[in-house]
Amino acid sequence: MALKFTEDHEWVLLEGDVATIGVSNYAQEQLGDVVFVEVPEVGADLAKGEELAVVESVKAASEVYAPIGGEVIEVNTELEDSPTLVNEEPTGGGWFAKIKVTDSSDLDELMDEAAYKSYVEGLDE
Amino acid sequence: MGDNNPTLKTVLYDLHVELGAKMVPFAGYDMPVQYPDGILTEHLWTRSDAGLFDVSHMGQLVISGSDVAAAIETLIPGDIQALAPGEMRYSFLTDENGGIYDDLIVTRRENDLFVVVNAGCKAQDIELLTNGLAGKATVTELADRALIALQGPKAAEVLARFNGDVASMSFMTYRELDIAGVPCFVTRSGYTGEDGYEISIPNAHAVELTRKLLAEEEVAPVGLGARDSLRLEAGLCLYGHDLTLETNPISAGLLWSISKRRREEGGFPGADVIQAEITNKPKMRRVGILPEGRAPAREHTQIADENGSVIGEVTSGGFSPSLQAPIAMGYVPRDFATVGKEINLLVRGKARPAKVVKMPFVEQRYYRG
Repeated sequence: MALKFTEDHEWVLLEGDVATIGVSNYAQEQLGDVVFVEVPEVGADLAKGEELAVVESVKAASEVYAPIGGEVIEVNTELEDSPTLVNEEPTGGGWFAKIKVTDSSDLDELMDEAAYKSYVEGLDE
Repeated sequence: MGDNNPTLKTVLYDLHVELGAKMVPFAGYDMPVQYPDGILTEHLWTRSDAGLFDVSHMGQLVISGSDVAAAIETLIPGDIQALAPGEMRYSFLTDENGGIYDDLIVTRRENDLFVVVNAGCKAQDIELLTNGLAGKATVTELADRALIALQGPKAAEVLARFNGDVASMSFMTYRELDIAGVPCFVTRSGYTGEDGYEISIPNAHAVELTRKLLAEEEVAPVGLGARDSLRLEAGLCLYGHDLTLETNPISAGLLWSISKRRREEGGFPGADVIQAEITNKPKMRRVGILPEGRAPAREHTQIADENGSVIGEVTSGGFSPSLQAPIAMGYVPRDFATVGKEINLLVRGKARPAKVVKMPFVEQRYYRG
């Protein structure tokens, strides 16, 4: 299974019925140095489009929305001490939360890596 | 958006773009918020070496008239008559309620005053000063000059390579000096808490001189993002946020900027209110706030007491790169304005514990000779 992306620069990796969620490399570049991430509580039930996390850079706070609905089953506790993982490994160690997906068809609307790449290139013009 | 006024550019705009700056609208200008190094790195570089800031968007004014020091005291509470030529002071334009129209720096020169005001308040200030001083003094904006700041522990050593006379200047003094052959107004002042200078340069030479300074290995360009985190660490107020018409110099904790003579004599707008504030103590007081944990509390975050009742608001808040922790300032009732007082910050609906602390958060390192 490959990464899928939203227009708001979140990524989703679906493995079985569990979706790992984070923000893209483009997003972390725009955010700048991340100093704090507020992750959701384990057990929280999130609808698609609900606030999943808040990423704080030196300058500002930015909301991250759930690209897919479901129950939060795990959060990245590493981010507590090392929020810069979001900058260093946005699509790896910088993940925010894992969600047990209720409806995986939510993913169908998302972009694959190639489509997201050209979407981002369009933004920079 | 929805603002149809074209944004203005400082004379250093092309240089910022060439340096890879991210440009953002600020007070009507297109300004660099950060360069490729990022806010965190730029901030720490200013604390360890020397950061160069373009502050040409700020208003540079000359006020002249026969007894101009006495004249301007009718509009500001600062003791300008006590200044010798070449000395400068931090003060405010106040309204009839003692509220703050803007904070500014006034330098007394041999024959006039050199005044630097905030970019966002420039038009208002020029009008207030021009009308308030009508018949006594004239106000001229020096639109033909750029203003840069060189700030940090290495600033003095770097600038002295271009003119050794800067080394002996002490904090809050002014000199007219040639820097690399360019006639400049140099002040030993700044907005970072570090030693450093602000340098007013004729526009025609601004790019060339800025490039020469940037070519020094201790100097890196620093944007408005780090300028904000640096001044917050230094406990310095940002107009429109920590200072407004709803605050006054006493509630803001800036009584030190009003001399004994001016407190007693008054003679500036809102003097009666400010004198009463001094006697009766202000109801609300600006304080430093140290949140527990890592979550920053931004501007407009509500401050609550232990029972959850809202008692005040954060006026500036963010993350301190030097302390690697969130810091903030805000207004609380006087009873809460004591060091160590425990408060709560309502960040996204969650009460997060915090403490009232002494400011500055990071020691100021001004050069006092």
